[in-house]
Amino acid sequence: MISSLDENIYSISPKNPDRTIYTVSHLTREIKLVLQQGFTNLWVEGEISNFKRHDSGHIYFSLKDREAQISCVMWRGRNQNLLFQPQDGMKVLVLADLTVYEKYGRYQLDVVQIRPAGIGELQFAFQQLKTRLEEEGLFSAEHKKQIPKYPRMIGVVTSPTGAAIRDIQNVIRRRFPSVQLILRPVRVQGEGAAEEIAQAIHDFNDYGNVDLLIVGRGGGSIEDLWAFNEEVVARAIFDSKIPIISAVGHEIDFSIADFVADLRAPTPSAAAELAVPDKKELLFTLDTVKKRMVQSYQRAISSLQERISSIERSYGLHLPFDMVREYRLRVDDITRNLKDRYNFFIDTFRTKVFSSADKLETLNPENVLQRGYSITSRLDDDQIIKSSEELNEEDAVRIRFAHGAALGTIYKIEEN
Amino acid sequence: MGKSKEDIDFEKALEKLESIVATLEKGDCTLKESMEIFEEGMKLVKLCELKLNEAERLLQKLVKENDGEFRLEQLDNA
Repeated sequence: MISSLDENIYSISPKNPDRTIYTVSHLTREIKLVLQQGFTNLWVEGEISNFKRHDSGHIYFSLKDREAQISCVMWRGRNQNLLFQPQDGMKVLVLADLTVYEKYGRYQLDVVQIRPAGIGELQFAFQQLKTRLEEEGLFSAEHKKQIPKYPRMIGVVTSPTGAAIRDIQNVIRRRFPSVQLILRPVRVQGEGAAEEIAQAIHDFNDYGNVDLLIVGRGGGSIEDLWAFNEEVVARAIFDSKIPIISAVGHEIDFSIADFVADLRAPTPSAAAELAVPDKKELLFTLDTVKKRMVQSYQRAISSLQERISSIERSYGLHLPFDMVREYRLRVDDITRNLKDRYNFFIDTFRTKVFSSADKLETLNPENVLQRGYSITSRLDDDQIIKSSEELNEEDAVRIRFAHGAALGTIYKIEEN
Repeated sequence: MGKSKEDIDFEKALEKLESIVATLEKGDCTLKESMEIFEEGMKLVKLCELKLNEAERLLQKLVKENDGEFRLEQLDNA
């Protein structure tokens, strides 16, 4: 660069060997030619001061170091895609061409790009946006929505051709195949990707039928992942009524989207794992619950059965049967007793009768009559007469003998 | 009636089932109550199993029409 400048100066000089008088315009034009040809595509490092954004959208500032400064302009068309906000005191590296403003004889740097010095531009922009949104409260825990435990429909915002959608689909198919996945295909990198992602999130909110959103993409360079660090995506995630799991890049990549999302997954596969439960585990849980239910039901039934059978065995319930049995025993006893007594009585009686019969035989009046005695009885009342005092004269009497009888009349009573 | 039963979501069904088990385990229901809630529990178990074993669904795409309406379209990238 220096050598080309030398050449330029050298090349000018021979044209004017004599004392040539320049006009201001001529000189300026010559200077402009030299400077603008000689200083293009320069990387210049310095500190920003006097930063101003004009209403026209152009930005003006000075770059300075300890000993010098130089004016800079960055036209609107170039600064619109700036990822970070330049400010006074910031150390930057600019890519610029030197231009000369003929009217005022001034030179300035026409800035094409600005990067934060020392750290990458994207990192810087990331830090800046992160700080701003954090201060605004977009990351705070109170805004995090609950991820549904058993979503039925999951919306996915990612590229239709990337690894992310395939990974998500594979995990869902393995863990919980009945979940409905709905893709809203977007570009995930390049110009306009962030706006498409943001729009897709809004669209799912308008559509309304999904329980959960997964927003993300597979791994890539920081530039590839950049869309997920843009404010428009962060705001769309924040505004979403539907809970969002972010899944950007690999484990180590953190995006602004991750900070705003309700849950951050390290990868798209991990997002799918966080989104749905494992069907096998659930079936196992269900089976356990079912077993517990059956057991406790059976326990309830058998405790009732136990109560019933303990009642069946109870003394109280058996008391009437016992009483009946006891009465029956007593009746039996009494009956037996009665029979015994009866027989005894009969026997005694029979013995008595036999012995009496003998006695009776001896007392039989017939036998007495045989021996010559007779029995006198009054005729009218058949009364047997044992004493003469029982008789009166003229009483009709009957006298019985061993054989036959005779009737007579008392004609005289004798005293003893 | 059948439709509303189909529409009960898995989470609710499982929660209900847990509470049924807890009630049964407490063991202070009448026989009639036990029988009723046990029957309900078994129905919920069936329902949950059914939900878990629902057929795999194909990936669909959300398409936004020009009039702002949405429709789903089958996306066969498997």
